Amino acid sequence: MADTVTASAPPAPVVEATGISKRFGATVALREARIAIAPGESHALVGRNGAGKSTLVSILTGLQKPDTGTLRFNGEPAPAFGDIDAWRSRVACVYQRSTILPDLSVAENLFLHRQSSSALRPISWRRLRSRAAELLAEYGVDLDPTAAARTLTVEQRQFVEIARALSFGARFIILDEPTAKLDARGIERLFAKLRGLQEQGVAFLFISHHLQEVYDLCTSVTVYRDARHIVTAPVAELDQEALVEAMTGERAESAAAEGAPRSRPGPQVPELLSVTGLTLPGAYEDLDLAVREGEVVGLAGAAASGNVQLGETIAGLHKASAGEMRISGRALRSGDIPAAIAAGVGLVPEDRHLQGLVNDRSVAENATLTVSDQLGPFGTVLPSRTRAFAARMIKDLDIKTPGQDTPVSALSGGNQQKVVVARALATDPAVLVTIRPTNGVDVKSKEFLLDRIRQVADSGRAALIVSDELDDLRSCDRVVAMFHGRIAAEFAPGWKDEQLVAAMEGMAVNNERKDSDVHEH
Amino acid sequence: MSTSTDLSGTAAVGGEPPAAAGRARLSFARYRDLSLVPVLLVLCVIGFIVSPAFLTADNLLGVAQQSTELSLLVLAQALILICGRMDLSLESTIGVAPVIAIWMVLPADGGRFQGLGLLPESFSVPLCLLVGVLIGALNAFLILKLRLNGFIVTLGGLTMLRGLQIAISEGQSIVDLPSSFTYLGRASWLGAPAAIWICGLLFLIGGAALAWLKHGRALYAIGGNAEAARTAGIRVDRITAVVLILAGLLAAFAGILYTGHYGSISANQGSGWIFQVFAATVIGGVSLNGGKGTIFGALTGVLTLQLVVNVMTLGGVPPLWNQFLNGAIIIIALTVSRFASGEKQE
Repeated sequence: MADTVTASAPPAPVVEATGISKRFGATVALREARIAIAPGESHALVGRNGAGKSTLVSILTGLQKPDTGTLRFNGEPAPAFGDIDAWRSRVACVYQRSTILPDLSVAENLFLHRQSSSALRPISWRRLRSRAAELLAEYGVDLDPTAAARTLTVEQRQFVEIARALSFGARFIILDEPTAKLDARGIERLFAKLRGLQEQGVAFLFISHHLQEVYDLCTSVTVYRDARHIVTAPVAELDQEALVEAMTGERAESAAAEGAPRSRPGPQVPELLSVTGLTLPGAYEDLDLAVREGEVVGLAGAAASGNVQLGETIAGLHKASAGEMRISGRALRSGDIPAAIAAGVGLVPEDRHLQGLVNDRSVAENATLTVSDQLGPFGTVLPSRTRAFAARMIKDLDIKTPGQDTPVSALSGGNQQKVVVARALATDPAVLVTIRPTNGVDVKSKEFLLDRIRQVADSGRAALIVSDELDDLRSCDRVVAMFHGRIAAEFAPGWKDEQLVAAMEGMAVNNERKDSDVHEH
Repeated sequence: MSTSTDLSGTAAVGGEPPAAAGRARLSFARYRDLSLVPVLLVLCVIGFIVSPAFLTADNLLGVAQQSTELSLLVLAQALILICGRMDLSLESTIGVAPVIAIWMVLPADGGRFQGLGLLPESFSVPLCLLVGVLIGALNAFLILKLRLNGFIVTLGGLTMLRGLQIAISEGQSIVDLPSSFTYLGRASWLGAPAAIWICGLLFLIGGAALAWLKHGRALYAIGGNAEAARTAGIRVDRITAVVLILAGLLAAFAGILYTGHYGSISANQGSGWIFQVFAATVIGGVSLNGGKGTIFGALTGVLTLQLVVNVMTLGGVPPLWNQFLNGAIIIIALTVSRFASGEKQE
């Protein structure tokens, strides 16, 4: 696709930024950064947390003014700062957090604040619906404009956001981690849609922590590191190792997780977690699972597989309707979080913003939230002990923070996730349940967190990684794949991506049995 | 990029913060809860200029005593707001709890007010507190078990309890009260009204509990992000219920002090106070959205409101202007604390 546009005299790039610098107080967010995106190109922007990606996005969308540098759209200077309509007609952004209003209809969401042409003109709902239907049809989105937005799936909402963005006339869309909340099939559908739009000449700037997606979707990639532009290259010329090296500034260690297959603990090793016949209506049914001392077990599954709910049930968030759970041999009452913590379960919840962090409170307070009963006698919380404990956790997990008293909302995503992990590890759990533990964190932190989970198992405990990310699952001693509330297959180390993805997607795994490491249940 | 703002409550700057600039900003932000203290000092200076009677023990003790009843409601509301809820019915509890208690103990035949005479008069104080507990428990049941909207439920409670008080007392003030009931509001210990000592003590206990007890710290977590608190093993509903019950108890106790102080229970005891309670709590730095604020800040809020009234009275401002100035000072105090803390109040 890229070659079609570069064939004759190259058209002006849809966006071209050069020499962009931006400071926030003492922090340099961008230093002489640049980026250029050709029409119809899908361009990836990658970098670790804090590399300056979000700042660049807010500058490209006119939310912030750069200190220095020039910004041109289609060869023309950028509109005046604050002229929202002009910016919107040139660039659109689909943010990680949905901006769809759930209680309004799809049609009204598409034409929010544009329902009628002037302030005094009453809204013609019939016309609004037909305009919405036209718009959706134009981009091949099969949705009922009258449906309430709350009934849409995550990816349908993203389609609505993309259609809304395009309806302003922009031919350039920024996608800020659009896949973070999608399962594998949703991502596939999103990518299919994006490729279709690309053929219509729409250009993308795609921001993601999933390097594989960059290779799947994008034609070229720009890497930022420490507020600087590092490299721009066609993805074909930059293999994954070189990409990681550009992002981190260090040579990548040979694909960390691939390490030598570990010897599987034998039956004489005690089971720290055993689940028998567990049922949660609507999520999973009659499930058996055992995790032995020293093991890291992956619990793979797509969005509706029930793997997340199973992890949460073990940690006490849901009350199972039938079945039994045992921690270190002792029965665990389900649906009782304090009991689960007392029994030795630690939880890294799925969504750190919703379930993990109290944003306005300090790092120290968040990290010690689960252990407030250990911080002093008779239910007191002694500041000195809190400080000591928090200092230990900050050191243990290498949390980059100005101080313990910094509100946790001021940290970068990777460090916030480390605080959540610290909170789970604080109780010194026998069984650590982590749900999508590396969601939205950069490569370096990802490696660190997976390593830390491995250490938990190595120190004679057990860990469960509930995830649909292959990188997370690769570090496990074995992977149990769930589909529609049941266990579909189990894999020993050395599985191939296609096998696991097939099992997670509910496709038959029998024909791959010759690999002998697939056990069907 | 984002600067730290709310560090109240957390004990001290810990560890070895690498950024010295960050540290300076942090330690400044720690005094956010003191943002009304300059306002209080200015009020004292104005009071001193306006009238020589201001800086006398009699006047200041008078202001303090008048603050006691309101401050107990503020203490209760601050606890509730910090854990992310609100309770409007407190202003009716302060009136209805004493009335019910007195109604139960006064004899059926004597005096102007016909009681039930169910229990001896010495039971009036525990009964009053029990009524407060029951009201708090009812609120907790409606809000936490039935999951009704707390604002509207307690608004209903406010109206219903006020109506109950009027129905029982037949709209009259009750003047013939057991002396055990009025003792605390009248007594003087060590040269100051007992109510001041008790309130001071309760505020100390409340402040200390929020700073150094795990269940106190849990309130901030619950108000900040209830789901995160739950996954951390905090029994969110149980603690919230205890706070609501405790608030009812404090409001009933405020009713005892108020009744003792004025020697009677008037039919509109506490009526309309809830606006003052919210105003004092919020200008004292407690967030309406939960998870932020301290007991000490709330106390400075009450004192500010009370001192303004006192200074105006001494300054000879016609009482007809009181309400206007009271509202104005709330807006001014909010603005001052907004810019003193540098924090938006959404």
